[in-house]
Amino acid sequence: MSDLQSQNFIRISATTITPPAVRRHEQEVAKLIDVTRCIGCKACQAACMEWNDLRGEVGHFEGTYDNPLDLDPNTWTLMRFTEWDNDQGNLEWLIRKDGCMHCEDPGCLKACPAPGAIVQYANGIVDFISENCIGCGYCIKGCPFNIPRVSKVDHKSYKCTLCSDRVTVGKEPACVKACPTGAIMFGSKTDMTNWAGERIVDLKSRGFENAGLYDPPGVGGTHVMYVLHHADRPSLYAGLPDNPKISMLVEIWKGVLKPLAVGGVALAAVAGFFHWITAGPNEVQPEDDIAAAKLIRESGHKITGDAA
Amino acid sequence: MSYPPGTIIRNTTAARINHWITAACFVLLTLSGLSMFHPLLSFLALLFGSGQWARAIHPWIGCVLLVSYAGLIVQFWRDNFWNWDDIAWMGAIVRVLQNEEEGVPEVGRFNAGQKFVFWSMALLVPALFLTGLVIWEYYFGETTTIETQRAAALIHSYAAIAAILVWITHVYAAIWVRGSMRGMTQGYVTPGWAWRHHRKWLKSLVATGSRGPRPRRAAEGS
Repeated sequence: MSDLQSQNFIRISATTITPPAVRRHEQEVAKLIDVTRCIGCKACQAACMEWNDLRGEVGHFEGTYDNPLDLDPNTWTLMRFTEWDNDQGNLEWLIRKDGCMHCEDPGCLKACPAPGAIVQYANGIVDFISENCIGCGYCIKGCPFNIPRVSKVDHKSYKCTLCSDRVTVGKEPACVKACPTGAIMFGSKTDMTNWAGERIVDLKSRGFENAGLYDPPGVGGTHVMYVLHHADRPSLYAGLPDNPKISMLVEIWKGVLKPLAVGGVALAAVAGFFHWITAGPNEVQPEDDIAAAKLIRESGHKITGDAA
Repeated sequence: MSYPPGTIIRNTTAARINHWITAACFVLLTLSGLSMFHPLLSFLALLFGSGQWARAIHPWIGCVLLVSYAGLIVQFWRDNFWNWDDIAWMGAIVRVLQNEEEGVPEVGRFNAGQKFVFWSMALLVPALFLTGLVIWEYYFGETTTIETQRAAALIHSYAAIAAILVWITHVYAAIWVRGSMRGMTQGYVTPGWAWRHHRKWLKSLVATGSRGPRPRRAAEGS
């Protein structure tokens, strides 16, 4: 998506100026994925392909329900199935709809070197603007959730857009529309948080004492949230990070050292210039030529060619 | 190539071609690399057509530079060993910077500053190559873990900044010390230049009857 007005951007990748800020009163949205109500039907996956017009290669059966096995440039959301033997020795089938979490503090955007290739709208959605993407893969390094995938065909990075094109015109994302059990909901972040709270009270009353909302503070919260029966152990759900945050390596790489390094390079060039106008060029003096000629003459060797 | 009479040879034709291939690669890598380093410099990508082009061409130029710099190591390593003359020369660095060559200890073919440039690049170029491979998304994006790629990107960026600082020093020194540039373009310097800046080198050439760039070995001397 790139045809939204730029006033809607509150963050723009690789930009040192403040993005247009007058619309920051806009309400933040969120998608709430209630894992406890998911039946694993993959209607959301099919709807995502349908709305976004994505057609991945047909793969092979690998002995799991995960199909395809991983996110890819044509798969922006993916059901990940986990069979977990719980503490009572019973099997629990944990099914998580994986995809971009739309972080409030997006690591992909922080790492991106291409101006305007990744933006965050005032409603919180993090979107990739393909025409500005240069295909470097830095977003993959910035992301704490391992979501973006760079296409080998067009060298562009892809991920869930939270159906920013639908949301802009007042519709819910395609996966939300398709979900038959109401496990995926969409609305303002406040409403979704409140609804999750009610749901969690209900789950606790039914024995899921660790039920809770996954809205990780390490990335400033997310605009895609999960209701988990085992919120004390998110990693049970196909490796959902327990405490996601932007890697310290990325923070250093993209932190204060970056402008300092550019300044250091500029300073080195300036220092050279000032040396030039103070000390000036180092020129060979006539006495150097005389001394060298004497040395050569006394050696008896003609080293500088016939005429010397 | 023939050299004007009255001059001595500072760099062979092969060394000069090798040097300028390396230099061209380095400049192109600096421009395309900086375009991906800081937003204020992202306009540099347009010199390569677009950001996509800068991103795509950068690693290939890096491969050429690695091979080219390996050639420079082969040609110059013998004259870049660190020795006590370099310590003495470093002690007089303030006089050198003020163009007061009188009393500065004599040095061989390369002074401590030039050796610093040589060994810095001998370290940085392979480091940049290896970390660059790790973050070469198209071919090696799935080869290493994302955490490894994060570390590689961090090292690659700041090793590159270090290399650019070394390069600025190198280029400025070539502009500042008159006659040096011709030593790397046409390949020759005057005996007076050698007397002023690399007196031990000149003496070794004179003693063995060599026109340069290296003293004649004993076996072929007489």
